[in-house]
Amino acid sequence: MSPIGLYIELKEGRVKSTNLELLTLAHKSGREALAVVFGNEAGGYAGELQEYGAKRIIHVSGLHGQGYHPETYARVLAEIIGKEEIPDFICTHSAQGKDLLPRVAALIEAPLVTDCTGIDLENNIATKPLYAGRVIARVKIKGERRLYTLRPNTIRPEKVPRSSKPVIETMAASPETILAEIKEIVKSIARRIELTEAKVIVSGGRGMKSGENFKILEELAEALGAAVGASRAAVDAGYAPQSIQVGQTGKTVSPVLYIACGISGASQHFAGMKTSRVIVAINKDPEAPIFKKADYGIVGDLFEVVPLLIQEFEKTLKVS
Amino acid sequence: MNVYACTKQVPDTETIIKLKDEKTIDEAAIQKWIVNPYDEYAVEEALKLKEKLPDVRVTVVCLGPERAQEAIRSTLAMGADRAIHIVCDRFLDHHLVARALAAAIKKDGEYSVIFMGKQAIDDDAYQVHLRMARMLGASAATSVIAFEFNDDKVSVSREIDEGGREKIELKLPALVALTRGINTPRLPSLRNIMTAKNKEIKKLTPADLGIGEIENREEIVGLALPQEKAGGKVLEGENQEVVPVLVDLLKNEAKVI
Repeated sequence: MSPIGLYIELKEGRVKSTNLELLTLAHKSGREALAVVFGNEAGGYAGELQEYGAKRIIHVSGLHGQGYHPETYARVLAEIIGKEEIPDFICTHSAQGKDLLPRVAALIEAPLVTDCTGIDLENNIATKPLYAGRVIARVKIKGERRLYTLRPNTIRPEKVPRSSKPVIETMAASPETILAEIKEIVKSIARRIELTEAKVIVSGGRGMKSGENFKILEELAEALGAAVGASRAAVDAGYAPQSIQVGQTGKTVSPVLYIACGISGASQHFAGMKTSRVIVAINKDPEAPIFKKADYGIVGDLFEVVPLLIQEFEKTLKVS
Repeated sequence: MNVYACTKQVPDTETIIKLKDEKTIDEAAIQKWIVNPYDEYAVEEALKLKEKLPDVRVTVVCLGPERAQEAIRSTLAMGADRAIHIVCDRFLDHHLVARALAAAIKKDGEYSVIFMGKQAIDDDAYQVHLRMARMLGASAATSVIAFEFNDDKVSVSREIDEGGREKIELKLPALVALTRGINTPRLPSLRNIMTAKNKEIKKLTPADLGIGEIENREEIVGLALPQEKAGGKVLEGENQEVVPVLVDLLKNEAKVI
């Protein structure tokens, strides 16, 4: 049976948690999960990949300290897909994944469906939200090479009991002729959890009333290990930076838990978070549309509710 | 210097989408069409470059059926000099869209910079630009939030994970895919609205661009409206009482914490 290729991203030497979903998807298909990993040292992450069912690992070395470089990475992946005769190749729809896989698709002229919420590897059909989730499409991919990016938090990662040790091969790569040269990477001063891959998101809207007030959301986020988001209304009012805007013209997020504070629930906003597994709304207006879309709601003043929530979460999470 | 802005006409963000049948959207039921918001940033960035440098000609390229003409007119009214309309009624997959756009630009002449939105808000594909860059042999950057043109190269800043930014230098010709925050698209001036009516719209067909008969490899086999949530539990009572109930539900019923 032909392998399923997976692009695995590392963070500080460990497999990014959203990438474990790819392994579960591949393992459940019954075909060989072949993980491609770029990094300086082979092996540190192999145990984790084994736990989730990887059968083979191709470790790409030789790009020491260069970090992600799209042109080189795309060329290497295209080469591996050809050489290993990989019909299906998948990566997470992360900032890196969505920049990388279209480049691979362009190199090998293969079809690609991005931001999938489901992939049927037997029939080559991907499920994908269109019109910001107002329509769900099933897209059939034809051709001998098929590429997909998977929306984070779509599949529950599952460990594979008694999985055998994966075969590790090392491939040396050299940097590509460069059309685009990375000059500098500026990290955010506040070390944030990436919004689009976060398991839990705490989000604020116009009801936050000021940028200063976002501090209480940061405290709530801290208690939950969550990322902080904002509605377009909050961004337009200058309460929050544009980079954390959730919505149709902002980030699309799909966490396990989304807590909306002072957000009325415009369809623009809902479009960016509707695939969240559980939505909680806190709003003092009982008529706010967000309550129709939330799984749980509290009608109340968020400035009273959020501090109580922080207390309660801290208590509960400490016990468990 | 020739600068291009690629645009797509999409349903307005507030439009209710209805299905015609299990594979097609009911286009007649769409109340309002707009220029893809990310592509408006592309037109604006091209116009800013035109204001900064002498002899810049801004051409808008748009692929879509006849109705897309309205979107083209509105970008001409923003101040673009001319437009190319690839008139196409049939569904094209992303590879073919990229081929059509790339071929239209190549056919039109020399170019320095192509601006595009990072994605269109109808299918959020985030891939046509990178395919085009490869086909044209242009350098490329996506999710660009700052752009600067210097003689023989461009410098951009792009959004990366965790709120970070990456500064990149691109060789020319360059394809730059923009994200929200880079600029505020201008409203058309009355003068531009008037002159837009006389600006050139060059029409091309997929056949003119060599993709007339090529088959799609991404095909929509089913469309469905998502099941809306029935509306959840709104907890009633004093905040001190309902907050512990909520946390308990999240832990023991929803099992998400």
